[in-house]
Amino acid sequence: MAAGETHRTIEAVFRIERARLVAGLARYTCDVDRAEELAQDALLAALTDWPNGGVPRNPGAWLMAVAKRRAIDGRRREQMLERKHAEIARELDDGRHAPIEALEAEMDDDLGDELLGLIFTACHPAISPDGRAALTLRLVGGLTTEEIARSFLSSEATIAQRIVRAKKAIGEAGLAFEVPRGRERAGRLASVLEVIYLIFNEGYAATSGDDLVRPALCAEAQRLGRILAGLMPDEPEVLGLLALMELQASRLSARSAPDGGFVPLTKQNRARWDQLLIRRGLAALARAEALGGADGPYALQAALAACHARARAAGDTDWKRIAALYDRLRQVAPSPVIDLNRAVACSMAYGPEAGLRMIDEISGAAALRNYAPLPAAKGDFLFRAGRLPEARRQFEIAAGLTRNARERAFLLERVRACTPPGSPGAPRVE
Amino acid sequence: MRVIVFVKATEDSEQGAMPSAELIEAMGKYNEELINAGVMVGGDGLKPSAEGKRIAFDGTSRTVIDGPFAETRELVAGFWIWEVKDMDEALAWAKRCPNPMPGPSELELRPVVSMDDFAENMTAEGAEIHARNEQRLAGA
Repeated sequence: MAAGETHRTIEAVFRIERARLVAGLARYTCDVDRAEELAQDALLAALTDWPNGGVPRNPGAWLMAVAKRRAIDGRRREQMLERKHAEIARELDDGRHAPIEALEAEMDDDLGDELLGLIFTACHPAISPDGRAALTLRLVGGLTTEEIARSFLSSEATIAQRIVRAKKAIGEAGLAFEVPRGRERAGRLASVLEVIYLIFNEGYAATSGDDLVRPALCAEAQRLGRILAGLMPDEPEVLGLLALMELQASRLSARSAPDGGFVPLTKQNRARWDQLLIRRGLAALARAEALGGADGPYALQAALAACHARARAAGDTDWKRIAALYDRLRQVAPSPVIDLNRAVACSMAYGPEAGLRMIDEISGAAALRNYAPLPAAKGDFLFRAGRLPEARRQFEIAAGLTRNARERAFLLERVRACTPPGSPGAPRVE
Repeated sequence: MRVIVFVKATEDSEQGAMPSAELIEAMGKYNEELINAGVMVGGDGLKPSAEGKRIAFDGTSRTVIDGPFAETRELVAGFWIWEVKDMDEALAWAKRCPNPMPGPSELELRPVVSMDDFAENMTAEGAEIHARNEQRLAGA
């Protein structure tokens, strides 16, 4: 095998093992930076050893053994220098010769507990929300700073800074890389789910830039969701979030036209929906509901997405059920954005006037100020009610608010559609 | 990317030989690893080709051929569907699969085509029919 190919093979193996490796080392050293360093050392050792000896039978245990040995050597050096404490050195020496089988058994025993601990720590509320997302992508997803920067359309320096701050916050809060138990658990889990969904949405509803979707980021969030569902198979909201992401991702390729333009749900070519993901999404939702989680915020959103997935054609969509689901969703997770979506569903179920009445009730909400989907929805209701000049004005406002180039093009198209043929005046954007 | 991993048939699998208790356990652990890593999204094992049928097409004629089929090495005994970042990752996972057969055996990794790859020849009617069929397939 050529050297380049061997390296690629080893790096692929390392990528598979990296998250668990960093997780185990973080708990061992209580220091993320050190854990990442040690993992990197282990990769270098593998790149030296494996081309000759071959990939070991259990590469994860091999890498962990090498990394822990380095950690012990490092610690022993420090302690020898500081105190020359023979007792500690001997104790650590024993650890140094721990057979690989013991480590293997240990790794099998933890059943992903360490990885879960790492996820919970990276998503800890002590870290700023954007720091959590960056750190999770780095530590659990194994993305480089450069890849994360590209995903979030940020500079590498910004992301690097975010990660440094996040690591500092972990150190200051003295987090032990453990899975929270008892009462703390629910709140912490909510934060984990929020981070994963934030990553997904940054890919799915790219809020800025030229691309409408960044599928790699969605795939990363889905993978995180699947890992979490594997580690916590009885948490209904974990399954709810997974269902939501699988169902939404099933429409990824149908959402963009060949020219990159945005295709709204009702106009999408449903043959391009990914049926494997729909099947997985519906199954995860069914499990969440069977576990008594039907009214969880993520399960409800997944149920909403499932309504669309089940409709063979846009005209078959059960908008009344969707409106009813939004009624339940706003009880458990009140938000003006949900109220807005509820208005859209009601306009589809009961006509544009119903939508307009509801949107008037919420348009004063502070959270919806300068929120492009609000005038876009209002414009759509007015358009369907035949009030074209008013609709046109709303689409213009929406186009002026959105930061996404593809979405702006779509809204300007709707502005044009409000102008009767032959009348003067090009679309106006401010 | 999505990859299908075929477990190629062997004389043993074609004779319907049951996997050993050890292999069943090892395969279970392997699948668990795949699931925990968020890689495996589907898969199944297949019965021997003796229980399968083939339809041969030639113009308008259709001829049913009963199994078993001869060219054992080209037959499939099972499959996984994985979602991975690239073929390197798929290969790394495939290499750590326990040998699925008592004797020498083979896995074959093939990237999956999506509907998008047919976009050029897809008419509105074609798309509509595919949408209907595949949604029924999904149980939606």
